[in-house]
Amino acid sequence: MTTDSLLRIEGLTVGFNTEHGPVRVVEDVSFDLPAGHTLGLVGESGCGKSVTAQTIMRLLPSPPARIEAGRILFAGDDIAAASLKQMQKIRGDRIGMVFQEPMTSLNPTLRIGEQIAEPLRLHRGMRRAEAEARVIDVLKQVGIGNAERRLLQYPHELSGGLRQRVMIAMAIICKPQLLIADEPTTALDVTIQAQIMELLRGLQKELNLAVLLITHDLGMVAEMCETIAVMYAGRIVETGRTAEVFARPHHPYTFGLLNSSPRRAKKGQRLPSIPGIVPPPGARGTGCSFAARCPQALERCRIETPPLLPMGSDAAACWNPMP
Amino acid sequence: MLKYLVKRLAASLLILLGVSIVTFGLTFMIPADPVAMIAGRNSTPQMREQIRQQLGLERPIPEQYALYLSRLVKGDLGISYARKSEVAPLVASRLPPTLLLMLGAIVAELLIGIPAGIYAATRRGRIADKAAMTLSFLSVSTPQFVLGLTLLYLFAYLWNWFPLGGYGKFANLVLPALTLGLAGGGWYSRMMRSSMIEVLRNDYIRTARAKGMSEWRVTMKHGFRNAIVPIVAMIGLDVGIFMSGVVVVENVFGWPGIGQLMWQAIQSLDIPVIMGVTIVAACFIVLGNLIADLVSPLIDPRIRLR
Repeated sequence: MTTDSLLRIEGLTVGFNTEHGPVRVVEDVSFDLPAGHTLGLVGESGCGKSVTAQTIMRLLPSPPARIEAGRILFAGDDIAAASLKQMQKIRGDRIGMVFQEPMTSLNPTLRIGEQIAEPLRLHRGMRRAEAEARVIDVLKQVGIGNAERRLLQYPHELSGGLRQRVMIAMAIICKPQLLIADEPTTALDVTIQAQIMELLRGLQKELNLAVLLITHDLGMVAEMCETIAVMYAGRIVETGRTAEVFARPHHPYTFGLLNSSPRRAKKGQRLPSIPGIVPPPGARGTGCSFAARCPQALERCRIETPPLLPMGSDAAACWNPMP
Repeated sequence: MLKYLVKRLAASLLILLGVSIVTFGLTFMIPADPVAMIAGRNSTPQMREQIRQQLGLERPIPEQYALYLSRLVKGDLGISYARKSEVAPLVASRLPPTLLLMLGAIVAELLIGIPAGIYAATRRGRIADKAAMTLSFLSVSTPQFVLGLTLLYLFAYLWNWFPLGGYGKFANLVLPALTLGLAGGGWYSRMMRSSMIEVLRNDYIRTARAKGMSEWRVTMKHGFRNAIVPIVAMIGLDVGIFMSGVVVVENVFGWPGIGQLMWQAIQSLDIPVIMGVTIVAACFIVLGNLIADLVSPLIDPRIRLR
C-alpha cells in the first residue's frame, strides 16, 4: 500500500503471561492505515481486535501483556518501542481513543466539563478557563446541545448515548491524527448506535481523521470504512477494500461472517450461522485456526498455517479459498 | 436534603434514647449501693433512709427513669457521689482535651494510613507493598497500652524528644495522638490500599491513561477521589472506636480528658459520672456518623441523601 501511511502495523505479536505459561493472543498482524482513511477491524469476540487496539495505545498492563514481535509505526516512529513518557505525549493528543463501555469509562466523581478539558490542559497547558470555550465548542461539535449546562453535569446524569458523545469529544479535543474506536456502539441502543455512527462518520470527514474502527458489526464497516481487515483467532485472515471483500470474500470465515449478517438474510429463512466457537488463545494448535469450523477444510489446513497472500484484488490467508 | 436531615436527627434521638435506657439499666447491675457510698461508713440508718428518699430510690423503676430522663433533657447529669459536685460541668470541662486528642489522632491516622495505602497499592506485590502491610499489621495488633508505654520510653524517656506527659502544649499532644492514631493508620492503609487497587481496575482509569496522563496524576486525580469515599464513611466510626481508646491513652499519658474521668469514676463506682460520660460519648459518636454521611455526597455525587 502507500508508503506515507499514518499507522503501519508490521508483524505484531502480543502475548500474555498467564498461570499456565505464556499465551499468544495476537499473532503476526500487519496492516496499513493512511492519514485520513478508515479501516475496519472485524471479527468475533475473543479474536484479538481489542487487544490489537489497546496495544497500539500501549494501554495493556505489562506484565502480563507483552509485545513479542513486530513494529507499530505511527507517523514513521516505532511506538511499540517507545517509553511510557513518550507514549503519554502521544495519547490523547495525536491518537484519541473511544471505548466500548460509555457507562463505566467516565469518572463518576468528576464533572464532564472537567474530564473533557483534561487533554487540553495536559497537552496544551491550558488553564481551566481557557479550556472551557474549547470544551463548549467540541460539545457542540459532537452534537450535545445546551453545552454550557452539560459541562457542569456528572456522568450519572447523562444517558449512554450522551456519555459516548462525551467520550468522543474527549478523544478529539486535541485534534488527533488518528482515532481508535473500540466497539463504540456495541453497548448502546440500536437507535443511538446509528446516531453515534453518523457522528463518527461526520467527524472523520470534517477533521480528516484516520479512523481505526474495531467492531463486529459488518454493517458499520460497510457504511464507514474504505478498507477492512477480518481477524480470526489472533490473525488477520482477509483484508482488502471493503466493497470488494463484501462482494467477493475469499476466506471461508469472511464468507460465513457475511452470510450470518442479518442484512443479507432472505425472508422466511433461518439466519445461517458459523457452527462452533473461536478457539481460545492457548488452545490454538498448528495449522489454520479456522479449520475445525471450516466447511471446506483440507488436510493441509490442519497442518500448515496459511500465509496472507494476494487473492484477486484483496488478500486472504487460506489454502482453499472461496471461488 | 432538609428532609433527610430531619429524618437523621430523629433517628439519632431514638438512638440516644436507647443509650439512656441501657446506661440507666446499667446502674442496677453495678454492685454498689449509692446510699452507702454517699453516706459513708459511720452513717446511721436514719441518714441512709433520708438519702434514699432524696435520690428517689424507693420509687418504682419507670418513675425513676422518667425523672432521670427529664433531668437529662435539661442537661442535668446528676451529682457525683465521689466529688459531691455536678456531673455536667465536670464532663464539659474534660471534653475539650479529649476532642483535641481525637482530632490529633484522626489527623495522625490519616496522614499515616492514606499515603501508605496509596503507595502500597501502586507497588502491589512488591517489597514496598509487603513491608507496608507488615507494618500495618503490627500497628493494628499492638495493644494501645503497650504502644503508649513504648513510645513514652523511646521518645520521652530515652531520647527526650517529647515530654513524658501533661497537657497544654503541642508537644504534649504528639505521643498520645500517635498512640491512638497508629492502629487506625494501619487500618486505613489497608482500607486505602484495597480501595485504590479496586478503583484502579475501572474503565475510567484506562480512559484517563488514554488521555496521556502520567500514572501519578491518574492515581491522585482519578483514583484518589473514588478510593477515598469508603474511607470517609469510616472516619465517622472512629469517634466511637476512639472513645474506648482514650480511656487507656489518657491514663498512660496523664491527659486530663473524659477518658481519665471515666477511669476514675469506674474505680470509685461513681455511677452518675459513668452515666454522664457514656451519654455524652454517645452524642459524639452519633454526631460523627452524621457528619461523615453528610460529607460523602460532596465527594461522590452518585451518593444521594435519602
